[in-house]
Amino acid sequence: MLKTFPTGGVHPPENKLTAGIPIEYLQVPGNVVIPLSQHIGTPANPLVSKGDKVKTGQLIGEGKGFVSANIHSSVSGKVSKVDTAADSSGLKQLAVYIDVEGDEWIDTIDRSTEIVREIKISPEEIIKKCFDSGIVGMGGATFPSHIKLNVPTGKKCDVLIINGVECEPYLTSDHRLMLEKGEEILVGVSILMKALKVEKAMIGIENNKADAISHLTSLASSFTGISVHPLKVKYPQGAEKQLIKALINREVPSGKLPIDVGAVVHNTGTAFAVYEAVQKNKPLIDRVVTVTGKSVSRPGNYMIRIGTPLSKVLEAAGGIPDGTGKIINGGPMMGKAVSNTDAPLVKGMSGIILVPAAEAEREPINPCIRCAKCVSACPIHLEPFLLMTLSERGMFERAAAEKITDCMECGCCSFTCPAGRPLLDYIRLGKSTVIRMARQKVLK
Amino acid sequence: MSSTILITIVSLSLLAFLSAVILYFVAQKFKVYEDPRIDDVQALLPAANCGGCGFAGCRNLAEAIVVSESFEGLYCPVGGAAVMGDIAGILGRIAPVSEPKVAVLKCNGLPEHRPRTTVYNGAADCRIVHSLYVGETDCSYGCLGFGDCEKACAFDALHIDLVTGLPVISDEKCTSCGACVRACPRNLFELRKKAKKDRKIFVACSNCDKGGPARKACRVACIGCGKCQKVCAFDAISLENNLAYIDAAKCTFCRKCVEECPTNAILEINFPPRKPKAEAEAEAVKA
Repeated sequence: MLKTFPTGGVHPPENKLTAGIPIEYLQVPGNVVIPLSQHIGTPANPLVSKGDKVKTGQLIGEGKGFVSANIHSSVSGKVSKVDTAADSSGLKQLAVYIDVEGDEWIDTIDRSTEIVREIKISPEEIIKKCFDSGIVGMGGATFPSHIKLNVPTGKKCDVLIINGVECEPYLTSDHRLMLEKGEEILVGVSILMKALKVEKAMIGIENNKADAISHLTSLASSFTGISVHPLKVKYPQGAEKQLIKALINREVPSGKLPIDVGAVVHNTGTAFAVYEAVQKNKPLIDRVVTVTGKSVSRPGNYMIRIGTPLSKVLEAAGGIPDGTGKIINGGPMMGKAVSNTDAPLVKGMSGIILVPAAEAEREPINPCIRCAKCVSACPIHLEPFLLMTLSERGMFERAAAEKITDCMECGCCSFTCPAGRPLLDYIRLGKSTVIRMARQKVLK
Repeated sequence: MSSTILITIVSLSLLAFLSAVILYFVAQKFKVYEDPRIDDVQALLPAANCGGCGFAGCRNLAEAIVVSESFEGLYCPVGGAAVMGDIAGILGRIAPVSEPKVAVLKCNGLPEHRPRTTVYNGAADCRIVHSLYVGETDCSYGCLGFGDCEKACAFDALHIDLVTGLPVISDEKCTSCGACVRACPRNLFELRKKAKKDRKIFVACSNCDKGGPARKACRVACIGCGKCQKVCAFDAISLENNLAYIDAAKCTFCRKCVEECPTNAILEINFPPRKPKAEAEAEAVKA
């Protein structure tokens, strides 16, 4: 029996159209816009101003505060301005605009493809390197990785879990990365193990990626402490807490973090970024993005420089096909609709999905029929129908008591609802309001 | 047979008497004195329980008024001066003076001014749309049109115009309770002083972007040029975050700023139509 998490979950159609397409390096665009906030936490402080010359890999934004990350230039050229730029939701935030001139990298980056296996630096230096290189969680949450590597005093980590699940339909960026950069990822995992001072690392991969499982299993035999575990296909297995439950059968209590049960979870994409940062001195300036959709003419997995306008990315995939109703940033389950195709690509974008108009339309909203399908689908034992009603009516204290903040917004409830109710929309609203209320209380 | 009925009647009567005695003593013991004036004041209040005064309901305001000995910070915007005068009368105090107000929408993003760039078909709730993205147009400050204000209005004074997608406020029905001000996630409502004949002059825009992007998103956006500020002879206009604001207390309704505004972001409402310029000049010469 394959392992999986026990409660809830759904099986959306997989649609992994690009699983067999190798990663393609996208040409450097004519200009890039690099937002200074591509992570959870405080935006970075700009270090460059108009007219400055920058090289590829140069630090242009300095992380400030506890939860923050550095931002590097992904191209070489001239800074045309530091101004606000609209992100994929159309909301404005500070960004560095660079006109590209050539592609001159800073000298310290090792650009050879030779794999370096020997880890020369100490755990503390690894953590510092992750911060310096602007590494964030590449699964989409973009939580700065150096914080997760710093185990708080009094707590102990005994296992590192690597998330190669990629349970979102359509997305294949992690899958391709595991196939093509398998050895680099495993070195990255060893680096993370050294930083966390753990002996054991477990890589969880869903059973629909048999090639990646066999490839990594054969490679892992030459690494100590790393094991690969096939998992039963079920969404949302890639969620941190569900993956921990599936792999080591420990349950993270409400309001606690994985470290409280002795585990730390990192994404395969993050492991690859850590490898590049530590062994090759290369900061996080590009990432693999799955550009896909049923009517896209050239779907694929593209290695794209951060800051490339989405319109350029879509052009490379053959343009926006006629009859496209929606463009999604991320997976179809948790992703967000893009309202602005001039927005730049950021660190957290794992996929861009073009959905035909017929599929993009939401179902009409009908009354709740109390079938409790949402309750059975919720992987964390919440009652989505109740949370929705509470948020809709503004009963936020009660919603807080019903643990609305534990919701990880996986969307299983909305997906499964036969009445087409916008459960997650309202739960998100309630969750953000409850968090804001709690913060205001602390400030008082 | 008859004895059964007799026993029942006697025992039940005894029980009733005993309970009455107990209840009498309990009621004496736990008696709560309540100022009878609270009831009188509550009877005068509009009983809408709208929360416009800042209290949960009319009863709470009535209690606060009776206890406070003055009207400091206590005012029923719905009842207005008339109700407050009556209350002051029965309490033997001097009625507080407060100008009547009316809600205005600080956005004039009609479809012809503000092109729709995306279509939203999720839950029809402004709070959700606001938390998700910029909205169906490119203006991240303007009205979303999903009607949270309409749902909040307890006086039927506010309705979303189905053609323009913007709320329309009825000056007669609006009680300035402020429910819409609290409901709007983009803070587009303002309670402004009610003037003679319901005349209004205000900046119908909340866009804090610089001129270029603001204008690009909406033709009637305030671009923060400051022309109105310069032309105002009464120092009523201030400029902050690329957005002009007209202080209703200082404004004399001279309408110079309306003429000056290059984007027509300042609205004049309920004024008689202007005379053509030549005619007005001729009149001025005559005078």
